[in-house]
Amino acid sequence: MADALRRPAAIKAVPVRHPGRWVAAVVVLAIAAEVLYTFITAPNLQWGVVGHYLSHRLILQGIVTTLELTVLAMLIGIILGVVLAVMRLSPNPVVSTVSWLYIWFFRGTPVLVQIFFWYNLALVLPHIGIGIPFTSIQWQANTNALIPAFMAAMLGLGLNEGAYMAEIVRAGLISVEHGQTEAAQALGMTRLLVMRRIVLPQAMRVIIPPTGNETISMLKTSSLAFVASVPELFTRSQQIASATFEVIELAIVASIWYLAMTSILTIGQYYLERRFGRGTQRGLPPTPLQRFRRMLVTFHAPPPDEAQPVVVPSPIPRRDGR
Amino acid sequence: MVQAEAVHKSFGRLEVLRGIDLEVYPREVMCMIGPSGSGKSTFLRCINHLEKIDAGRLSVDGELVGYQQRGDKLYELRESEVCQKRSEIGMVFQRFNLFPHKTALENVTEAPILVKRESRSAAVDRGRKLLDRVGLAQKVDAYPNQLSGGQQQRVAIARALAMQPKLMLFDEPTSALDPELVGEVLDVMRGLAEDGMTMVVVTHEMGFAREVGDSLVFMDGGVVVEAGKPRDVLTNPQHERTRSFLSKVL
Repeated sequence: MADALRRPAAIKAVPVRHPGRWVAAVVVLAIAAEVLYTFITAPNLQWGVVGHYLSHRLILQGIVTTLELTVLAMLIGIILGVVLAVMRLSPNPVVSTVSWLYIWFFRGTPVLVQIFFWYNLALVLPHIGIGIPFTSIQWQANTNALIPAFMAAMLGLGLNEGAYMAEIVRAGLISVEHGQTEAAQALGMTRLLVMRRIVLPQAMRVIIPPTGNETISMLKTSSLAFVASVPELFTRSQQIASATFEVIELAIVASIWYLAMTSILTIGQYYLERRFGRGTQRGLPPTPLQRFRRMLVTFHAPPPDEAQPVVVPSPIPRRDGR
Repeated sequence: MVQAEAVHKSFGRLEVLRGIDLEVYPREVMCMIGPSGSGKSTFLRCINHLEKIDAGRLSVDGELVGYQQRGDKLYELRESEVCQKRSEIGMVFQRFNLFPHKTALENVTEAPILVKRESRSAAVDRGRKLLDRVGLAQKVDAYPNQLSGGQQQRVAIARALAMQPKLMLFDEPTSALDPELVGEVLDVMRGLAEDGMTMVVVTHEMGFAREVGDSLVFMDGGVVVEAGKPRDVLTNPQHERTRSFLSKVL
């Protein structure tokens, strides 16, 4: 280790100063303070009302409905998306065309119209039933009983989401290198097995970020259930507002809750991505908290090399480990 | 073990194989050499039906690849039947193609559990033995990206062996490796040959072909130009094309 002894001292230099960062920070803070001040001191804005309704029973019930609607619609969307994407890539021309038509239709019409359609279906089809043709075996139900308001919103949001998720999943599937499929096929796996065990898990890394994005988007889009009178967060806040005329106050209440929920989802998405990033990077990327701490330390100093966030000396020797 | 008669294969208008005749005997190690684009890899991929042949006959262990003959009619095999046949043929790729989301051991046990329906404990047991055999007993829980190229390729060989194949196909197994890692992979392959595995090896390693190969095939332009004992072909090539190729690579 003669080299180690002769290693020169580490470089100590005055880091480059970044006055621009300080100027930007001051300007941003000033603007933010001004905007906040304007709203806080607005003469007709009653902050007490906002505080009062923030934890109001009806609002909290609305939040539960919003969450239920979001989760169920996304569940429908994701399952439908995976099925449609696999269908779309199927060698069977009938199956892939069906998938194409579905995506074309549900992506091509506004989701608001779709919710409206399901909600008002009883106007044209008072009864829905299924039966076996040419026999007397059949089953029928009242459309309004079969598709209550919540179901109409869930169907509208979920079926529409399925079309978008299908494209996201498809992009993920075709991003997996073809060699993976070949290697799995060479081992004797069937097409479905290859898809389920090899391609889909690897596609997750590509699928998850936009899916998180869709979930966050869905949380807000679920407010369109307003047109079906589903008592979710926005509907509730508007019902209260129409009785008390405190429109802006209740819009603020709804916004605060939406923002809180999307913030939690954003954090959840981050950790989900970390989980599915296994096997693609040598070290896991830093958590937001770690990154924030590092930012505080390095705010006025040169940024650490972002390309290699965690510099872990590889424990694996490059040469044969025997 | 492998019989090819006048095998033809085209990609669109490009004819890649223009009549391949050859035979691989049980326990034989056949090495295939030739310039890139000569059809070696394509032929290898036809043997386990990753590519469909257009004309000629290709059979493994006496059974046609991808088809079944009843009377004088050929019937295409169903997917499950093709998969069943593939599971008896091991293949090792130039780019390793390990499953990056699975550890070395999971790579090896995946197919025995899912395709052969072996019990997990039996598959894990044999997986560990196979990884030990290729010198990677220490690396069972490592993910592919934590392994060197040579180590990855040895896992890939273990993965193929886990299906207990009767035939192993190697598609340029050392071409993507650093020169100093080539030896460890060739050592494993040499060991396999000594144990009597039937092997078809597309390679540029003339030393391996000479020492381990029982026969050597030189391909160019989609046909077999010359075939014979490795020593004869390498030291005393009969065709001008073979001579000019060897003069450049040796």
